[in-house]
Amino acid sequence: MTPVIALSGITKSYGFAETTVHALRGVDLVVDRGDYLAIMGASGSGKSTLMNIIGALDGATTGHYELDGINIDSLDESALSIVRNRKIGFIFQSFNLIPRTTALANVELPLLYRGVGRRERRERAAAALASVGLSDRASHQPNELSGGQQQRVAVARALVAEPSLLLADEPTGNLDSQATSDVLDLMDAMHDEGRTIVMITHEDDVAARADRVITLVDGMIAAERRNRP
Amino acid sequence: MNLLETLQIGLRGVGANKLRSALTVLGILIGVAAVIVLVAVGNGSSQAVTSSIEQLGTNTLTVRHGTFGPGGDGGRTQFKDLTVDDAIALADDVLAPDVQSASPVVSAQAACTYEGTSYSTSITGTWPSYFEPSNLTLASGTSFTNDDVTSSRRSVVLGQTVVDELFGSVDPVGREITCAGTPFTVVGTLEEKGSSGFQDSDDVIIAPLTTVQGHLTGYRSLDTILVQAVSGSAVDAAESEVYSILDDRHGTTDTSSRDYQVLNQASLLSTVEDTNQVFTVLLGAVAAISLLVGGIGITNIMLVTVTERTREIGIRKAIGASKSAILGQFLVEATVLSIIGGVAGVAVALVVTQFEIAGVAPVIMPVSVIGAFAVSVALGLFFGSYPANRAASLRPIEALRHE
Ligand SMILES: Nc1ncnc2c1ncn2[C@@H]1O[C@H](COP(=O)(O)OP(=O)(O)O)[C@@H](O)[C@H]1O
Ligand SMILES: [Mg+2]
Repeated sequence: MTPVIALSGITKSYGFAETTVHALRGVDLVVDRGDYLAIMGASGSGKSTLMNIIGALDGATTGHYELDGINIDSLDESALSIVRNRKIGFIFQSFNLIPRTTALANVELPLLYRGVGRRERRERAAAALASVGLSDRASHQPNELSGGQQQRVAVARALVAEPSLLLADEPTGNLDSQATSDVLDLMDAMHDEGRTIVMITHEDDVAARADRVITLVDGMIAAERRNRP
Repeated sequence: MNLLETLQIGLRGVGANKLRSALTVLGILIGVAAVIVLVAVGNGSSQAVTSSIEQLGTNTLTVRHGTFGPGGDGGRTQFKDLTVDDAIALADDVLAPDVQSASPVVSAQAACTYEGTSYSTSITGTWPSYFEPSNLTLASGTSFTNDDVTSSRRSVVLGQTVVDELFGSVDPVGREITCAGTPFTVVGTLEEKGSSGFQDSDDVIIAPLTTVQGHLTGYRSLDTILVQAVSGSAVDAAESEVYSILDDRHGTTDTSSRDYQVLNQASLLSTVEDTNQVFTVLLGAVAAISLLVGGIGITNIMLVTVTERTREIGIRKAIGASKSAILGQFLVEATVLSIIGGVAGVAVALVVTQFEIAGVAPVIMPVSVIGAFAVSVALGLFFGSYPANRAASLRPIEALRHE
């Protein structure tokens, strides 16, 4: 079975000449379907850079990347937007909901950009909101929701299009402990449904929820362990 | 993602910052309204001048006393008056076959009173033949006759403005008014002609030539002779007959230094029409500039909007919005703003042009309405496309990092 993520020899540098920053210095990583991977590492170690490459938001300087068997390196921007829409669901540390737009409309967006009809969109978005326990907040705008609620809306938005891969960059970084455990429970539930998850965190107890943990140091994978088979 | 949905997202963007959207719309509104109103004013004043010249009749010539134009008096020492004999000579059937009639005209300003009400107006002394070429028709009573002229009777015909000022609702026919100390009997009133642009053609009193000369102006030179050609197409022929007769009578040696001038209404009309066209185009150009400024306002606001919403664009791209979806969203926003501005501008212009502006009744040119509206929509697309393109071309990762 093809892995969801297959990275080989990935490097990423920013800037030129003496100001060049080498954010990634050769990362090889394979993530199988249904795996739950946590990426740890100190601040500036390259976690977000790696996540952005995996999420097709940014290109690697060198190296190869295959997502679900698709060669990402060779795709142009319009093909990439389709890949992001169909294959990937993002959850960000800062929630990143569209302001002045209701929770329901936010959750509908990936389906809208995919061309799903209005009715089906409504139904699926409402179901996704229900699955994160926010049916009663469907018509609220982001500024009317708590941080934990906003992040749950973001989880619903990442879920709604049923992507092959769920990417979360420090999803609990801005949340209190109750909201953190709510969101992590949701991710556990998604994992149990068989979804592939890659999550960045620098907290050990958060990483403990994952099956597998890699640690980045200076843009390279320095350690790897498996919590569960 | 269909058109309706793109439209919805765009509309939501317009609604998100109402004050800013309103100000942008205002810029377009003013531009569109200015184009329509100013072109309508230019057009209206052109029509007013044209109709006031047409009221004088396009088959008439006016002979004026004195020298005019760049030639000056050309060193001429002898000035002959314009006389009643000149007018009689101009009506000669043999020498001037294309002239139907020639009426001598003098006019004087005088204060007239009726039972304590006083009104100052212009009194025109002439012959009964003056009425037809001047398009004057009687509303009540009669005109004065050639006999009245011969015997200097103090009979007058009043224009509607004078009737209103002096008599109000009283029927003036048969009553007596006093002008400059002389009593006159009102024999008739004129049909209302309406004000033609800059001059109220109903603000007149018409009296026999000899009466006005005897009581008001004295026996100086005539002011003008109104010459009526036998038809509209005979005006030019009549004009050269007038020149040859008067040159002969006034002993003109040099045609560039005549002591009179002939005004041809038809040629005046075409000159005025040309001038007015230039005037209208200029007004329209000034207004078009304000429309352009409104368009630049759209670019400005959309650039601000794109910058302000860079992060939003990043989020949309991260969840799979294509370049064209983002382009569509911002183009729709810009175009919606300009369409609202265009519609409101047309509405405002339609209201404003109901009123007189600077003494001119505006006459809307349909082409300016369609043009201004179309241009405003095109402006939205054109001036919105740069910011929209910028938004669509943002790299998702950079847009997402934007604070
Ligand atoms: N756009 C950028 N331009 C220049 N340097 C960058 C940029 N993004 C990240 N970096 C650098 O790359 C390194 C890795 O950053 P990042 O992946 O954000 O680390 P982490 O998420 O692990 O904290 C850091 O040294 C950071 O300064
Ligand atoms: Mg980071």
